[in-house]
Amino acid sequence: MFDIVFWILAAVAVGAALAVIILRDVFRAALSLVLLFLTIAVIYVTLYADFLAVVQILIYVGAISILIIVAIMLTHEVWRGSPSGKLRIPALVVSLLLLGTLVFTVVGTKWETSGEPPLQPTTAAIGSSLFGGGGFILPVEITAVLLLAAVLGAIVMIREK
Amino acid sequence: MSVGLEHYLTLSAILFSIGLYGVLAKRNAVVILMCIEIMLNAVNIALVAFSRYVVPMLLTGQIFAIFVIVVAAAEAAVGIAIIIAIYRNRQSVDVDKFDLMKW
Repeated sequence: MFDIVFWILAAVAVGAALAVIILRDVFRAALSLVLLFLTIAVIYVTLYADFLAVVQILIYVGAISILIIVAIMLTHEVWRGSPSGKLRIPALVVSLLLLGTLVFTVVGTKWETSGEPPLQPTTAAIGSSLFGGGGFILPVEITAVLLLAAVLGAIVMIREK
Repeated sequence: MSVGLEHYLTLSAILFSIGLYGVLAKRNAVVILMCIEIMLNAVNIALVAFSRYVVPMLLTGQIFAIFVIVVAAAEAAVGIAIIIAIYRNRQSVDVDKFDLMKW
């Protein structure tokens, strides 16, 4: 059952990602990016990451896609589309080389997978290892500083002189 | 053959390469930002797949993915602010025309 779901999701995800770089209309590219984000949320569900799936929908589908669409509307360049630059052929060669190397390595490596059943539900475990002692409490606090710096930076950058 | 770690990693590699091509080849700065988001999502798929198949009881990969999402949100906010500031100055989001720091 999961196999069929995975193949459908993989096809939709790759198609949506290709649409982002192929479509000439920037707004349609943004909409197919939203489709890609939704597909990735369902891929998290197939990996038993329920909390991450909700976070993906809240942050990516809810917030970042709105930010990107607002940016498209504020910069009146929709009519110009998204043309490729002079580096189109070298970029294609580089990304195909990277793809070949990655797939070759992934297929050739003997991964030591564990046969244990996955932990579920994950929300309580993620919370206790993020905020509990000996966990990731210091990175969480640094994250707060990072978000504050990002918000201040965005406000300063976008303010009218 | 049932779906395993390799399939998720291959999907992640394909999405990452698509994003890399977009970042290198596109001229619209907003589209470049969108392609960076594709690359970050591809990395998140790889992290969650490792977490699911290699250490199913530890969830370390999922916590890393949460931090990646936080940094991606901060990056999107600052990146879009920079793009709009440049658009105000130059009336364009074409990265070929961003040559302020070239000499």
